[in-house]
Formats: sequence, structure tokens, C-alpha cells
Amino acid sequence: MTWSMLFFVLVGAVSLAAAAGVVLSRQPVHSALFLLTNFATLAVLYVTLEAQFLAAAQVIIYAGGIVILILFVIMLIGGETNDFVARQRSWTRGVALGLGILLLASLSYSVFQGFNQPPADVTAIQGGIPEAVGQALFTQYLLPFELASILLLVALLGALVLGRHGTVAHTGSQPASPPPSSDD
Amino acid sequence: MNIAALTANLHVILPEMVLAAFALLVILADMLRQDEEESRLLPLLTLAGILAAMAATAWIWNRPVASYQEGAIADGFALGARTVILVAAGLATLLSMGYLPRINRQMGEYYALVLLATLGMTMMASATDLIVLFLALEIFSLALYILSGYYRKNPRSTEASMKYFLLGAFASSFFVYGAALLYGAAGTTQLREIGNLLASDHGNPNLLWPGIALLLVGFGFKVSLVPFHMWTPDVYQGAPTPVTAFMSAGTKTAAFAAFVRVLMEALPAQQIQWGWALAVLAVLTMTVGNLTALRQLSLKRMLAYSSVANAGYILVALVPGTAQGSKAALFYLLTYAFMNVGALAVVITLEKIDELDALQNRAAGLADRWPLLALAMSIFMLSLSGIPPLAGFFGKFFVFQAAVEGGWTWLAVVGVLNSAISAYYYLRVMVAMYFHEAEEPVQPRRWGGLSLSLALTALATVIIGLYPSLWTGFLSGLGG
Repeated sequence: MTWSMLFFVLVGAVSLAAAAGVVLSRQPVHSALFLLTNFATLAVLYVTLEAQFLAAAQVIIYAGGIVILILFVIMLIGGETNDFVARQRSWTRGVALGLGILLLASLSYSVFQGFNQPPADVTAIQGGIPEAVGQALFTQYLLPFELASILLLVALLGALVLGRHGTVAHTGSQPASPPPSSDD
Repeated sequence: MNIAALTANLHVILPEMVLAAFALLVILADMLRQDEEESRLLPLLTLAGILAAMAATAWIWNRPVASYQEGAIADGFALGARTVILVAAGLATLLSMGYLPRINRQMGEYYALVLLATLGMTMMASATDLIVLFLALEIFSLALYILSGYYRKNPRSTEASMKYFLLGAFASSFFVYGAALLYGAAGTTQLREIGNLLASDHGNPNLLWPGIALLLVGFGFKVSLVPFHMWTPDVYQGAPTPVTAFMSAGTKTAAFAAFVRVLMEALPAQQIQWGWALAVLAVLTMTVGNLTALRQLSLKRMLAYSSVANAGYILVALVPGTAQGSKAALFYLLTYAFMNVGALAVVITLEKIDELDALQNRAAGLADRWPLLALAMSIFMLSLSGIPPLAGFFGKFFVFQAAVEGGWTWLAVVGVLNSAISAYYYLRVMVAMYFHEAEEPVQPRRWGGLSLSLALTALATVIIGLYPSLWTGFLSGLGG
């Protein structure tokens, strides 16, 4: 076993353990911190794959932005142990567990088998340095890039709709007229 | 790669660019307007955008088939699907005009989101790359999560939005996982190249099959196939009815168009296997959808289960994996857009705004007092149950014909039997309208856009059925 392999196994194990911790811990704050660990170890793995840009983006966006947002939400709605899970039918938990394990088993089997074989001709972007990524993003992947901006615009509008109270009238120069009331 | 390569064939995404520009215009106009009165201009601006996008689509139709950056294509099939989506969006805008002021006064965001959702749908219908496909899917899904919760003060609407969002997020992750595995199997995200690689046995079967299965789940959720349909009745019922109309016709068209393209371009070599998977799903979807619809007393829930059943019929056309089948599916989607949006427009006239729904007894005695409205509803119900010579009959006819000619006669028989079951609950609405006494006097709601869209959908349903030359022209115009 080479050193790089050993490194990968160690980091991967931490990453997996953190992922399990996100799902299993009952304290939302613990889940959030496990998620942070998971994101950080993934960033390390990206670096070992020479995807430096991706690693930086992972740290800035996921570890920096998203975990902070999650912590804000926990702060606002309270970080108590979550007991607000809806009452379930008695058999749903068993069936869900069975199906979930089946899916996990079949997926992990095929993925492990899949990567035992020589991979198909995948051409990675030469060195995941920002310049190469930027070149690809603004030429070859221009359409997906623009679509992602539209997606962000939709999210922005959605946040606007959800954030404003439904009852607030338009702040125009005229007083808001009552809605037409031909309702029955 | 230089600038010329970036702008080559830019006209392929012209309709999407037009829609994006008008969405921004709507937001701008909403900010600049002085008073409430001027907000009446917003739906007109939206309609103008949709009409401009239609004109752009028609303009592209006369040009040779081209593709932008291997990510989006403008062939007959994509353009046909785009047209259906734009029609649905236009009709939904007409329906929203008098509806929206009653439920939420944030007009600008609503119409901008409608335009952007339309953009996502048309983009998905013309996508030839898994990345573009996924982004387009997310654009319209995200917009629809928000639109279905637009009646903010109504708990049912909020619940619909939340349910749709949570389940939709799961479905999207299934989809993206499937796309990733497919990429792992073939080493490219372009559908046609995936097809070429897999046909010459370069693929990695261990990644391919789970990839196909997960993609199937993602698509199955979006077009509401059984057993991925659980969200459909709640979301269709809880969403503001114009949004339901838009969602039912638009999402189905976009998702089915992309589904067809993935199956036909990326996975034609695997037809034997997915053919059977789709056949089983189609039988389940048709049967469960129709049997559950029989028991519904609410018009919107009935139409929701009917939309599940209709997804099953369309799936029948996809099973043989023939070009004839995909054309039949697209034609069915066209007829479905008219008759289903029409039926939901009638629901809008009858519904109690706070319940976001109309029970079937609200339609009782409608024929005595509002004969034209009852006539329109009868046209939609007869067409949905597949009675000639209305549009729905030809939709079903082509779908079952494609199945029989592809060697799936038993599947077509199951479809016809299901169609007979469905006639019961469609005709029950007509019986209520023509033979029952009204329990409480219902004053149907009306505004110009509503009447216009009712007239348009009813006329289209009749005309598509009466003039065969129109649909043969449409089908042959789709290309291979």
C-alpha cells in the first residue's frame, strides 16, 4: 500500500464516519458540525485528485456558506433534540429500513464492481487549476453556466416571495385597493 | 475555442433568451409601476413574452436542424414540445389574470417565475446533455415549488409547496445520482455520445444499470408514475388552480420530452430491458391512477389522479422505443395540454377560493344556468375519456397504435380497458351537470382571460379531433 493510498483510506474513513454522524446524531448542532467535517475531508480528497479549484470552492461555499446558514437556522428555530417527527404507521419504519438497505447494498455493489474495471475514456480537465476550470466554464460549458445563473435568479425570486409577508401591500404612491371580492 | 464557436447556432436557444429577457422586464416593470392599477399590465407583458417565444420557435422551425454547443438542439421533436409548453404557459397566464389578485398581491414575482419556469421547461425539452437537462429540470422545479405555495395565507397551499419541495428534492437527487453513474459508465454527458459508446460495448455495465434505474426514478417522479405519484393529488389540489394547470401540462411535456430523448438517444441499445420496466410501470400507473380517480369527490383530486393515469397512457407509447412512439407521445401531450388546462379552467370558475378546490356537487345543475360552461366541461370530459371525434380520442389512438405496431399488443389492450374504466368518472361529472339539481346556487366566476382560455381550449379540443389534416401535418413536421 502506497502512502497516497493510505492517506486516501484514512481521509475517506473520516469522511464516511462524519457522514454517518450527520444522519445518526440527534442534536441538530452535532449534525451540522459532522457535516462540516464531511465537507472538509471531501475538500482534502479533491486536492489529492488535483482538483484544486473544486477543493477551494468546496471550502468556501459548502463549509463556509452552507454550514453557516444551517447553523443560523438552528439558532433561529432552536437546537433542541428533534422530537417533532410525525407519527408513523408501525410498519413504515421497517419497510423503509429494508428498502433503504437493499438500495445501499445494490448501489455499493455495483459501484465497487464498476470501478474494479478499467474506467471508460474519461478526459479530466488538465490540472484542476482555476484557469483551466474558468476556460472550460466560459467556453465549453457556457450554456450550463448561464442556466445556473437563471437557477439562482429563480431562487432569489423565491426567497423574495417567501421572505415578504403575504399581507404587505405594494408600497406605491396610491393606497392599495381592496381585492375584488366576488367570492362566494 | 473562440467567440465564433460560442455564438454559432445561438438561434437554437432564442426562445429561452426571449423568455429570460421578458422575465427580467416583468421584474423591472413591477418595480417601476406607480400603483395597483398598473399591475394589470404584468400579465399582458408575460403573454407578450410567451407569444414572442412562440414566434421565435416558429422561426427556428423553418431552419435546418442545429444544435448549440452540443447542449441544446432544435429538431422537430424539441420544437414541438416547446410549442406545447408555451401554449400551456400562455393559457395559465390567462387563467392567472383574475385569480392572482385574490390570493397574493406579489404580481411581479409570480409572472417572472411563470416565465422562468417556462424557460426551464422548454430548455429541458431541447436538452441533449445531462448537465443541461439537470439544470433545466431544477429551474422549473424550483419555480414550481414556489408557485404552488403562492396562496401564502392558505395552509393547504403551503402544505402543497412544502410536500412538493421535499419530495422533489429527493427525486432530483435520485436523478443527479443516476446521471452521475451514467457519466461514469460512458465517460461523457452528451446523450448521443453516450448512445454511441454504449452501442459499441464500451460502457461499464455495473454503473450503467443502476444509473438507468435511478434516472427512471427521477423522471418517474416528475411525470408522476406509480409508485412515485404520491405527491400529485396533494400538490395539484393545494396549488392555486392556474398553477396546477400550468404544472400538469408543462411539467409533463418537458419531462416526457427529455425522457424520450434520453431513452432514444442515449439508451437505444438497452431497449429490451427498459422496455419491460416501462411496460410494468405503465400498467401500474394507468390502473392505480384510474381506480383511485373513481373514488374522488373533489374535481381537482379527480383530475390529479386522471393526470397520473394519463402519464401511464403516454408511457405506453414510449415502451416500444420507436420514432412513431415518441411522436405519438408528443401528440398526446398536445391534446392533453388543451383538455386538461380546459378542465381546470372550469374548476376555477366553480371553486371556492379558500378551499382552492371544487367538489363535484358544485357542478350539479350547471347545464340549466350556464349551458355554455357545461358544454365546454362536457367537451373536456368526453375528450379525456377518449370519445371520438375529439382530440383525446386521436391522442389515445396514436399511442395504442404505436404500441401495437411495436409488438406490445397486450399493453395496448390494458390501456383500452383502463380507458373504459376512466370513462365512468369523467362522465359522472357530466351526469351531475345535466341531470342533478343544484344543491346551492353557484355563481361561476369569470374574467376575460378565463373566458378566452376556455374558448381556446374547447375549440382546440374540437378542431384537433375534427380536422385530421392538422395533426398529420404536425406529426410529419416533427422529423425523425
